[in-house]
Amino acid sequence: MSKFITILEGLDRRWIFLAMAISVAGPILFIGITGKTLPETPTPTARAVYREIEALSPGTPVLISFDFDPASGGELTPMATSLVHQCAARGLRMVFIALWPLGPQLIDETIKRVILADYPNLKEGVDYVNLGFQSGNEAVMKVMLTDFAKAFPITKNGVAVGDVVALKGIERVDNFPLLITISAGYPGAKEWIQYVISSSGGKIKMVTGCTGVQTPGLYPYYPVQLSGLLGAIKGAAEYESLVNSSLAPKDTSAAVPAKYLEAQRRMGPQLGAHLLMIALIILGNISFFAQRNSKVRATS
Amino acid sequence: MKPSKTWVIVVAVIVVLVGIRMTIGQGMARAYVERVDQSVEVKANDIHGASTEKWTEWHPVAPKKFEAAQKADPSQTKFAFSWANTIGLWLAAFFTLAIFSFLYRDNPGYRLAEAVIIGVSAAYWGVIGFWDTLVPKLFGALTPNLIHDQVLPSLPAPTTGQVVAMYFALALGLMLLMRLAPKGGWISLWPIAFIIGVTAGLKIVSHVESDLVAQSIATFKPLVQPIVSPESAQSGWMLWPTIWASLANILLVIGVLCCLTYFFFSVEHKGVAGRAARVGIMYLMITFGAAFGFTVMGRVALLAARIEFLFDDWLWLIDPAGKRIVEVASAIGSMLC
Amino acid sequence: MKRLVPMWIAIIAGFVMLLSTFFPITESLGETVGEIFNVVAAIAFVLGAGSLAKVNLAKISRRDQGWGYAAITLICFAITLVVGLGKIGVPQSTQFPLLGWSGEKDAEGSIFGWIYEFALVPITSTMFALLAFYVASAAFRAFRAKNLEAILLLSTAFIVLLGRTFAGVVLTGWLPDWASGLRLENFSVYIMQVFNTAGNRAIIIGIALGVTATSLRILLGVDRSWMGSGD
Repeated sequence: MSKFITILEGLDRRWIFLAMAISVAGPILFIGITGKTLPETPTPTARAVYREIEALSPGTPVLISFDFDPASGGELTPMATSLVHQCAARGLRMVFIALWPLGPQLIDETIKRVILADYPNLKEGVDYVNLGFQSGNEAVMKVMLTDFAKAFPITKNGVAVGDVVALKGIERVDNFPLLITISAGYPGAKEWIQYVISSSGGKIKMVTGCTGVQTPGLYPYYPVQLSGLLGAIKGAAEYESLVNSSLAPKDTSAAVPAKYLEAQRRMGPQLGAHLLMIALIILGNISFFAQRNSKVRATS
Repeated sequence: MKPSKTWVIVVAVIVVLVGIRMTIGQGMARAYVERVDQSVEVKANDIHGASTEKWTEWHPVAPKKFEAAQKADPSQTKFAFSWANTIGLWLAAFFTLAIFSFLYRDNPGYRLAEAVIIGVSAAYWGVIGFWDTLVPKLFGALTPNLIHDQVLPSLPAPTTGQVVAMYFALALGLMLLMRLAPKGGWISLWPIAFIIGVTAGLKIVSHVESDLVAQSIATFKPLVQPIVSPESAQSGWMLWPTIWASLANILLVIGVLCCLTYFFFSVEHKGVAGRAARVGIMYLMITFGAAFGFTVMGRVALLAARIEFLFDDWLWLIDPAGKRIVEVASAIGSMLC
Repeated sequence: MKRLVPMWIAIIAGFVMLLSTFFPITESLGETVGEIFNVVAAIAFVLGAGSLAKVNLAKISRRDQGWGYAAITLICFAITLVVGLGKIGVPQSTQFPLLGWSGEKDAEGSIFGWIYEFALVPITSTMFALLAFYVASAAFRAFRAKNLEAILLLSTAFIVLLGRTFAGVVLTGWLPDWASGLRLENFSVYIMQVFNTAGNRAIIIGIALGVTATSLRILLGVDRSWMGSGD
């Protein structure tokens, strides 16, 4: 036992790094080869996101803001995929914007992955449009509150917004009954609540998918100012399973495409890493208390 | 510090494994593209007559499409191997491993990747700011004809108010750039003052409305929260759900008040205030514990995404999306047999 | 003059934004100020890029330690800037094929898009992913159950870590329905919606009070610390 404690005390941090790499890589390999994922039970916040989107009638415009960059893609890309999947299946008019400079490319990737691949009947400029990025953070939101076209004057591919059918009837941001933001920090979900949702007097509802770091800070806004919340990869997996089960084809033998299982696949490595974290904390404490006891014994 | 034998062996094993992997099955890390012929009818206008513009684009495609096409017709030209994307794929893998190598210790590979990203991201943001905001908004208002004729033909003509506003913006922007000049940097304080003032003006309203008032109102909750069964509304409250929900409301109200007491430094934390502050600390510790749990979750997801990239796109060890015809698992299996 | 003008610029700009919320007649003025702000923010990107070039050029000219990396930074900076501003390799726009500059800067086939996909994405996302390792190491070395507060923090972390994965279902799925609130997956939700909400709400309210007070001090010209020492 004392030898074990000595090993723990002098453990090189790189062994911990290796253990973390194995705990994540192992399940990825297993799930990647077997194709098996863990079952998910959606929590109320994830159900609320699904419900809010489902409550809109086909043709209703929704504003989807990509407020993240590829650095947070591991957590947020699966959410973006599922959110756009549900919106497209529901037949909503999707207006994409970005308040992060790298957001527009992520929008294009999501459009390609979901809309162009599975909903080829949807027309660009009519059923969906990518308005790209605008700098200014909260000031962009402020301008959108009074004149949407001034905040985003052109689409990403250079067409004036006045010529875009998808934006028909949109003069101000509160003409959208629902705002969906996929958020990794500043500006993001919190700023949308502070500058748009609070000012709109309840005209516009908001749901968000956000990173794990942001999630605890957004709970106080739910359910009054924030109608639904997908927190971290777990939220993404729950929502993904909800959307997949609702959109499953009648012929149940057809497999769900892998792109719609990304978050659920990532819950395997999560399990491995979480168990490792718990083990590390316990081992660290065993080492700490053993050390403290031996010091107490030595002094007495 | 000399690298220990163990770690040298680990790195050597990885290199050997990658080498072996390249010889198994279909190999690894190759990118393919599909030829897309574009043809657009251009209507006649004052400047040019009607015409048909044609050009070719190459779009990335899954390896299995290339393989299937080659199998059907080896002389096909619709799909092709892409040197640019294959080199890119190896470069992306190199950068990924270079950054991970920092876990062992600082090294030239990591510092190279760091130097690259600093340069690339600064320029990237500059380019995006230029094309996405400055061109349509600033130059679109100040040089509308140039922008209309060369870049954005459908951009509406600016109003006088917009032009005047953009001259202001240009002046403030130039003042801001004076920060780079050896002399006269003090003038950059003017646009900074503008930024500070606008931000302060925006934040007062938003924080009071959204965070102070709305959050306070959300805390006033009924301490007994009856939960009625949705199926049988007549049968009265559901016992356990009512208990859980009421307890949640009571704990929430107590928690907010106690945490606020802890943050209230004008009163000495003694007596009732001290006890409340102590409870507040407990709540905050639970809050930080939850934040830690979620932070771990977030970071692990990002790590999983990078490892998936290495295993799927680079090493071709797994193929969850079915991008390739022969999976490595079956390739290894057939080799062993 | 050097301090008075900026102070008044901040006061006027701030009050315009403030008034535009309360008086609809000033709404368009607030919108115009917002528009100017957005453009100045874009010019700040250019300032950032220029600043980086300036710092690295100075490093190279002085032959500081690690100047070779500064040179790599500058080369990558210059390449990205040239291919991005010049839209090199960008295919024609399908909307306006006759205009050479109307294509999307990051379109398929462009060098700018290639840099995004094969340099920017892998490096930034891996840098963020590194933190998973450091969090693990920190958890092993620093998370000690020394007192009640630390025990609370650790227990909550355990519940959230287990409750947000399938481990929670396996460990406590057997609990009867009346005690379903104690199942780890439900209990972690309860913690988030009650204890975490209470703690974070108090933090939010505290920050709101602080931000409002600081903003008011700036708008009333009382706080001038943002101007620096004035040298």
